[in-house]
Amino acid sequence: MTFWKQALEIARVDMVVERRAGETLRIVLPFSVVALMVFPLALGLQLNIVSVVGIGVFWALGILFGMQVALRQSATDTAERRDLQALAGVDPAARFAGRVLSGGVLMAGFLGLMLLATAILFDPNVPRGGWPVLLVSTVLVAIGLTELGTLAGEVTTGLRARTPLASLIVAPLALPLVIGASQAVQALERDTSILPWVLLLIASDLALAVAGVALARPLEEATR
Amino acid sequence: METIAHLSNTGVTLGGRPVLAGVDLTVIAGDCIGVAGPNGSGKTTLVRTLATLQSIESGAAKVLGVDVRDRGLSGVRRQIGLIGHQPSLIPELTLAENLEHLARLAGSGTDRVGNALEVVGLGGASDRRVEACSFGMRRRVEIAHILLVKPRLLLLDEAASGLDEAAGELVAAMLRSVRGRGGAAVMVSHDRAHLGAHCETIFQLESGRLVAAV
Repeated sequence: MTFWKQALEIARVDMVVERRAGETLRIVLPFSVVALMVFPLALGLQLNIVSVVGIGVFWALGILFGMQVALRQSATDTAERRDLQALAGVDPAARFAGRVLSGGVLMAGFLGLMLLATAILFDPNVPRGGWPVLLVSTVLVAIGLTELGTLAGEVTTGLRARTPLASLIVAPLALPLVIGASQAVQALERDTSILPWVLLLIASDLALAVAGVALARPLEEATR
Repeated sequence: METIAHLSNTGVTLGGRPVLAGVDLTVIAGDCIGVAGPNGSGKTTLVRTLATLQSIESGAAKVLGVDVRDRGLSGVRRQIGLIGHQPSLIPELTLAENLEHLARLAGSGTDRVGNALEVVGLGGASDRRVEACSFGMRRRVEIAHILLVKPRLLLLDEAASGLDEAAGELVAAMLRSVRGRGGAAVMVSHDRAHLGAHCETIFQLESGRLVAAV
């Protein structure tokens, strides 16, 4: 079976499992929207401040809860299942690619809904032409965050403190994504080019994809 | 007779602790070898070494003619069937979906899945989710998976624990089938009587050493 057929099969099954388990849609998303609602209340309903901080809060909570999506239980293989996949001839790099495909779709959907909730709850100050840039940035952040989460999940496979440890790995490495995404919108306000920031996001996504594929097999061997 | 697997002075260390030490074992086509031992004696590590899933520290290990230290093991691994002591199915998928998923990953067809489930007595439960199935049913699904894979080396790690008499007979039939095709089987268990029912040769594993043939 080819690399992409294995990757697509893993992504397909991930989506089926997620649809039935509902971890992202029924647990992480409602919780993150509640967290979004807390901010305006904590700011004492000062609408001008709420509008100013809206996008910043979106990125902060998006990254925080996005890690929960990337490290969701339904995307975690037990040691026994990994053994079975190895015996079926699954390429670890194909598993990484499959996980990024399914996780990327989920993450983009999750962040898209978070953005919608932010628009409703915060009425954020977004410069003219800012929403399309925000949408593009959201998709690029979704891809990068999923790659990071999948990679961190592989690194911490089998560890008891997997979820907090993986989050600890993801948080600092997600900085280029947060900077790129937030500065792309800021660049519109400053009337400067958004291209460097979009390129930063694309370069981060590509670098993480290469790292994930290249490290998949050594990481798998290291856990044996 | 063809050598299916050969371990020579094989040592495995996990977390700084030697789990297998100086193990010598040769598995010939047609063999059914039993390995008995108490908990923590290294039985699962021995099975994983034979499955090429465990890196070895010392000595040599060859499975189906390939050194387990080699990188290109996927061809060999497809000829190995493993039933571990923990069921490895995806709980949210149905019994049939689990088998179809594994078949697709291996690049083989899914048309024999229904028949394999029929053979293990689960034809009427193929659309039931694994999370709603008993331990024994999950075990039967794993036996169905072995029927689909048709391995040359079958490894059973406490595979018969928790099985009723009918499922025990399925295990026996599976062993006969593998041996009849010129393959071999290695069973590990803490239950020597169970091994005695299936295997002609039984070794004892204690503290990572194969100490005696019974």
